[in-house]
Amino acid sequence: MKYVSEFRDKKYIVPLVDELRKTIDRPLRIMEVCGTHTMAIFRHGLRSLMPEGLELISGPGCPVCVTSSAHIDGFIEVANREGVRVAIFGDLFRVPGSQGSLARAQSMGAQVEVVYSPMDALTLAGKYPQQMTVFLSVGFETTIPLVAATILEAERLKVDNFAVFSAHKIMPPALTALLGDPELRLDGLLCPGHVSTIIGAAAYEPLAANYRLSCVVAGFEPVDVLQAIIMLARQAREGRAEVENAYGRAVSWQGNLRAQKLMHDVFEPVDCQWRGLGTIPASGMAIREPFSRFDAEKRFAIRLTETPEPKGCLCGQILKGRKSPADCPLFAGRCTPVNPVGPCMVSSEGTCAAHYRFGLAG
Amino acid sequence: MKPTETILLDHGSGGRASQELIKNIFLSYLANPVLSCLEDSALVDTGAGQLAFTTDSYVVDPIFFPGGDIGELAINGTINDLAMRGAEPICLSLGLILEEGFALEDLKRVIVSIQGACRRAVVPVVTGDTKVVPRGKGDKIFINTSGIGLVDRGIHISAKNARPGDAVILSGSMGDHGITILAQRAGISLQGNLRSDTMALHRLVQKMLAGAPGAVHTLRDPTRGGVATSLNEIAETAQVAVELDESAIPVRPEVAAACEILGMDPLYLANEGKCLALVAKEHASRLVELMRSLPEGADAAVIGRVTKGPAGRVLLNTVAGGTRIVQSLTGEPLPRIC
Amino acid sequence: MCLAVPMRVIAVRGVENDFTIPQVGVVEAQGIEKEVRLDLVDRWPEIGDYLIIHAGFAIHTLDAADAETNLRLLREMADGVRAGAGGEKQ
Repeated sequence: MKYVSEFRDKKYIVPLVDELRKTIDRPLRIMEVCGTHTMAIFRHGLRSLMPEGLELISGPGCPVCVTSSAHIDGFIEVANREGVRVAIFGDLFRVPGSQGSLARAQSMGAQVEVVYSPMDALTLAGKYPQQMTVFLSVGFETTIPLVAATILEAERLKVDNFAVFSAHKIMPPALTALLGDPELRLDGLLCPGHVSTIIGAAAYEPLAANYRLSCVVAGFEPVDVLQAIIMLARQAREGRAEVENAYGRAVSWQGNLRAQKLMHDVFEPVDCQWRGLGTIPASGMAIREPFSRFDAEKRFAIRLTETPEPKGCLCGQILKGRKSPADCPLFAGRCTPVNPVGPCMVSSEGTCAAHYRFGLAG
Repeated sequence: MKPTETILLDHGSGGRASQELIKNIFLSYLANPVLSCLEDSALVDTGAGQLAFTTDSYVVDPIFFPGGDIGELAINGTINDLAMRGAEPICLSLGLILEEGFALEDLKRVIVSIQGACRRAVVPVVTGDTKVVPRGKGDKIFINTSGIGLVDRGIHISAKNARPGDAVILSGSMGDHGITILAQRAGISLQGNLRSDTMALHRLVQKMLAGAPGAVHTLRDPTRGGVATSLNEIAETAQVAVELDESAIPVRPEVAAACEILGMDPLYLANEGKCLALVAKEHASRLVELMRSLPEGADAAVIGRVTKGPAGRVLLNTVAGGTRIVQSLTGEPLPRIC
Repeated sequence: MCLAVPMRVIAVRGVENDFTIPQVGVVEAQGIEKEVRLDLVDRWPEIGDYLIIHAGFAIHTLDAADAETNLRLLREMADGVRAGAGGEKQ
């Protein structure tokens, strides 16, 4: 695949690893914010190539993992309503709330459809006019504009049996909350590639300035990840704390202004609960008043109730990069991908699931 | 087991959830020395000879898909389960569960396809049964086929026979069936040259066994759960480790692209016309050559090797030059956007 | 957190900035074709352009010049390493 396979080629990776080894002059703690980075790093076995002294910590960038169990419970409540069909991304299917998952709800009779695109959920509404189709939506800035466009399309087509339950979240407030934690001690941030496609590399400038933190936007192929880590290592060596973009083919400095506008036309920031991180001000995206007839939360009068984290589960600490899955007493025992306890085990890009599935060689 | 637990789709995925169901329920009540082997088919010694016996049910949706249909799948799949013990298939049974309202024309289409598959394989259906369930209690058509085969006394093919040093051969490209079915799902609709690989493999196996007697130690058709899960099961059973080279594993470019788009890993996708063969290293290249001489094995390749341990571990040397562990499938593979 | 892949544009339906009709394109990779929405693209694509596709939407028209520059630098680096290694052997 063009623009994919070239960036996986071993002939570039070997010298890049060599370059990284030469660049690092002290131990470095780097957080990959994005769950897709976590997945890519595992999938390509990149950890086995990392030089000693380079610590990669997985951050809170998996939208499914950070969805609170209150939201999952709300999703299931909607799915169980009479005459409702819910549409979801496959990632959400097995995520446990306090009373089980959507997979379990389906086994008890709820109508749950896995879709590839929010637009496919809108198509379902047309296919089943007697039912209400509700898109249970999780995602960051990459995904929110898509859902905005889908809502605008529903309005244009005057569809009245379609709604969206928004558990959307945005990245900068969460990163600010995370970096305020003095125990984190990061040397660099590997910034999410496709979120940055929308919000632009410039979005990390306040972080670089306020926390004196090196930020590099990275793509998802092995070459992209290695190039970005080398840039972070160079900044550390030269004492710089700047925003750099190692994913120029997909990310511009200002981002996708059209997508940003669509997102803000339809959604507005609200306080939002993150699993493991608690409530973060203005970190969620709710449907604006003019579009409230597409807001499933309002339409079904759902009240989200805060639920405690499962006992013994370290996901909160793991999402902050403070603990690793191996530190958790439940990991690979009571908590497995078949019977996940915490969110990090559920999504395939969750830190615990990635550790469990791909393991560490040796 | 909590009293509130119910069957989930994951229990039928061929991954870990299925294995837990087999272990916790079926084996705890039905265990016997033959069943507990958990091979693709059971070997029963009748005194007069060794019989291979197997059964499999087919519930694929959609029932017609590019490259095949539920009928062809039901014949080829059961023949392959026999072939994976080195058996010569003798005959099959055909059980149909039809939903009220299922179009007779579609039924005929499925049966004609079964006829074709039986003729090509030269294995007849010799007994059958039909039940009809009320509309909504089934989904168009479910098929069960059982098969009987004969295994020569000199042939010993089993997952437990894999040994360190063996070469791991895959008979062709990986993931074709699984991605084809997934691409047909409503709401995904990828267009392109994706086709199921459904195919009977008994002739390929017979050729391998005749061409290098004693060299083939283990055969497995990596259906649900894919190559990753099959190799994990073999490594577990034989108490060995397996090391794979990602760059050597054949995957058709269109399958690879569809996987990238949907966030799937071809190692976990079902195959319906492929086998994994763990064979004595010194015969590996001869066997690959033999396999490539038949259409069923045209893209056969050595994809890795069996090593001493740690027992049960499957390691992948990635295209990027790294290494990672390959686990069994957990639940049904779903497209993801994250 | 967000899976997205580059695919080549083989057809464009709809018109830039006209939201009264669906803005749709057909993209392709290795013979796999998919209809995608163009509502969000930052630069209206032409046939042959590559789009970054996320969940059925194009979110960016790929900057081919940037990709080529990056690959050229990578090739130079790889060649440099090979030349360096060759030099050491002599």
